[in-house]
Amino acid sequence: MSAVEQDVKTIPPAGRATGRTLRPRRLARFVPGWRGTLSVVAFFVLWDLLVRWELGGFAHISSPLAVATAFVEGYLTSADYWMSWWASFQRVLYGFVAAQLLGIPLGLLLGTRPLLNGLFYPVIELLRPIPPLAWVPLSILFWPTTELSIIFITFIGAFFIIVINVHDSVRSIKKEHLWLAQSMGASPLLIFRRIIIPSVIPSIAVGMTLGIAVTWNVVIAAEMIASDSGLGRLTWEGYVSSTGPVVIIGMISIGLAGYLSTLVVDIVEKKMMPWRKGH
Amino acid sequence: MTTQTKVGHLKAEGLRMSYQRKGREPDVVLEDCSLDVEPGKLTVVMGASGCGKSTLAYNLAGYLKPDAGRMTLDGESITGPGSDRVLVFQETALWPWMSVNDNVMFGPVARGEMSDAEARQAALKLLERFGLRDFRDKYPGQLSGGMQRRAEIAQALINKPRVMIMDEPFRGLDEMTRELMQEYYMKLFEETGLTTLFITSELEEAIFLADRILFMGDTPGRIVRTIDVDLPHPRTFEVLDSPEYLALKREAMAQLYVGVEGLEELA
Amino acid sequence: MNAGLAQRNPEASSTRGVMAERPDVGKLSVRNVGKIYDPEGAAVVAVEDCDVEVEAGDFVAIVGPSGCGKSTLMNAIAGFDTITSGEIMLDGVPLASPQLAPRPGPDRVVVFQHGALFPWKTVLENVTYGPMVQGKLSADEARIKAMGLLGECGGLDRVADTYPPQLSSGMQRRVEIVRALMNDPSILLLDEPFRAMDTVSKTTMHRHLLQMYRLCRRTIIFITHDLEEAVFLADKVMIMTSRPGTMKKSLDITLPRPRATDMLTSEEFRELKLQLSATVHEEAKKAFVRGEREQA
Repeated sequence: MSAVEQDVKTIPPAGRATGRTLRPRRLARFVPGWRGTLSVVAFFVLWDLLVRWELGGFAHISSPLAVATAFVEGYLTSADYWMSWWASFQRVLYGFVAAQLLGIPLGLLLGTRPLLNGLFYPVIELLRPIPPLAWVPLSILFWPTTELSIIFITFIGAFFIIVINVHDSVRSIKKEHLWLAQSMGASPLLIFRRIIIPSVIPSIAVGMTLGIAVTWNVVIAAEMIASDSGLGRLTWEGYVSSTGPVVIIGMISIGLAGYLSTLVVDIVEKKMMPWRKGH
Repeated sequence: MTTQTKVGHLKAEGLRMSYQRKGREPDVVLEDCSLDVEPGKLTVVMGASGCGKSTLAYNLAGYLKPDAGRMTLDGESITGPGSDRVLVFQETALWPWMSVNDNVMFGPVARGEMSDAEARQAALKLLERFGLRDFRDKYPGQLSGGMQRRAEIAQALINKPRVMIMDEPFRGLDEMTRELMQEYYMKLFEETGLTTLFITSELEEAIFLADRILFMGDTPGRIVRTIDVDLPHPRTFEVLDSPEYLALKREAMAQLYVGVEGLEELA
Repeated sequence: MNAGLAQRNPEASSTRGVMAERPDVGKLSVRNVGKIYDPEGAAVVAVEDCDVEVEAGDFVAIVGPSGCGKSTLMNAIAGFDTITSGEIMLDGVPLASPQLAPRPGPDRVVVFQHGALFPWKTVLENVTYGPMVQGKLSADEARIKAMGLLGECGGLDRVADTYPPQLSSGMQRRVEIVRALMNDPSILLLDEPFRAMDTVSKTTMHRHLLQMYRLCRRTIIFITHDLEEAVFLADKVMIMTSRPGTMKKSLDITLPRPRATDMLTSEEFRELKLQLSATVHEEAKKAFVRGEREQA
């Protein structure tokens, strides 16, 4: 915190004092300055030039204009394209939600019960370092359908993260917070409900933010390997069929999808932690 | 609030407390530590950082179990945490996810002594008294340090404790807010006669608040000296400008500097 | 000049040579300084018509409640932030005015409440870094000067090869003061350096600070909430009001130097403190009440 903010506490959080005019932070986030605009424009111009000059590998890449044209003509109104979105989103949603529904209670259980923790946590520690994609072959063998196996891998991507986050945060709850409730005669159940659960919510939020990012990574890779639908598949097919613009349409779509998911998770997190408002 | 005179006789005899450390000698924090908190008085435990003051407080509150020794409150053995002796912690221990009101009304509802509505009413009364009425729906993180401390005192008082244990409650506040909080607590104490054990490492705070100061020595911690403070009640900050205060301070400083590197000659 | 200094300050003779003697530098004038923050159109007057005159080598303490503009003033002197009216001069050279862009410099170093030592450098490396980077001293010269200063400051030379996180907070703060002195500053700015320390640690710190002050006789501006600390350390105590921050009262502290801890309980000390305490309490209360209103 700058000393300026210390001195004038009541001012709503503004930009850092740089000695020039202070601009409210909220505005700054949505209105890119001239530098930002310039850099984005420069990026597209450079991309276009490199493709035009066919510099090295750029000979095989589509120009921005070609991508835009292909998108408007062949994809914007194509049901297949939007089905790819839906397919990927569905997998992320199922895998992610299942990971939260199983992972949060498991993390709470292991965090609060030393006996269970001693028995089961080592297994989690053992499985955690295996990257989700390493599970692909096993998953395909195990599950009856490809769809289920992809959802399972997505689940794995988010599951260990949330279990470990919740587990660690239960074990690092401020002891004063627990003691105070004990002093006031609260029952173990009440302590669990009103002290332990809210204490781990911030870690659940962190686990969710990390989890959603991993989930998208995993789902795209899994689709490229094993699926016949989804945004990952779309991108891969673009490559296989040597349709340059599709590769890039796929990439942009995936980026956008990941960004939108993060926005949703952000909103959910804010709702979960009303006491963090205005900090 | 009812005046609670003559309850809150907190006593500890021969407390010993050590922390086990892997592969090393256990760390003895308290050894033969005894104290006697007179009902209706404000007793201050004063000692340097790390002398085991907090450990003593956690034992008395029932959060930690001593290796040896006996603790009683009004003659009854202390075996665990209880609402008859609430501890106000260093920094803040308000639950950040509950509104100020919910924080304050937690105790009686948790024990089933009051209905939600009754507790809300009681909390409101206390919050009003502490000048926090308009802040009852805020979260603790939205309050200033001084307000948080007052909310914590209200949160403790609603349980009608027999003794308040304050573990450096005003630490971390700036000097001026701290003085105002001391004045605030003094007024509360003078009005209610609530037996208080107040732990601090700040001399001026100790003398201003205390009826009696217990000096705690370290490694291992125990009470090494008692000074009675006869400054008059009602007490305001003017006492800090009195010759009696200076005399007490001289005596206390000499005690404090015993064994401190570079300050021994002052002891 | 040397003789005069030694006379004023007989115990300094043993420490001669560690710090260059510059008895003429460090005259600070703060004239009519004002600072208005204007975020989102809501003008907030943080400091207004603030005047401070500090003679070279004087120790001035500024006492005021939270949010009174002490830090704003400090930042302006240090060159971290602008002012919107008035001017600040150091030894006749303008440091800050509404026309001047803020510019920090090694001639006026700030020591903050929360330390800013590099945790990955040893104490010695921390202390010698500044003058070496500026090319003012060679590695050898810097080391000799640093060891001398560290030694004077309560035997810190013994921990020269330690990393800061291994030191107590009091020691860290002392290392920081030594680091500031290494730059041979004209003025030393201390922003609540001993806040939140217990009585014993504070007393220890005061002794070391006074020892260093005796050693170097540089102008010190010391910001604090603690009136007792201010009276004990300074030649002049100024009380700052809040919103807008301005100097309300100033008192010359006539206690002789060297200051000893038993002065804290002397009659003279009590009298001096008494002259200020009512004003301080009044300001504290005002700031407190307003602070609470604004939280609502």
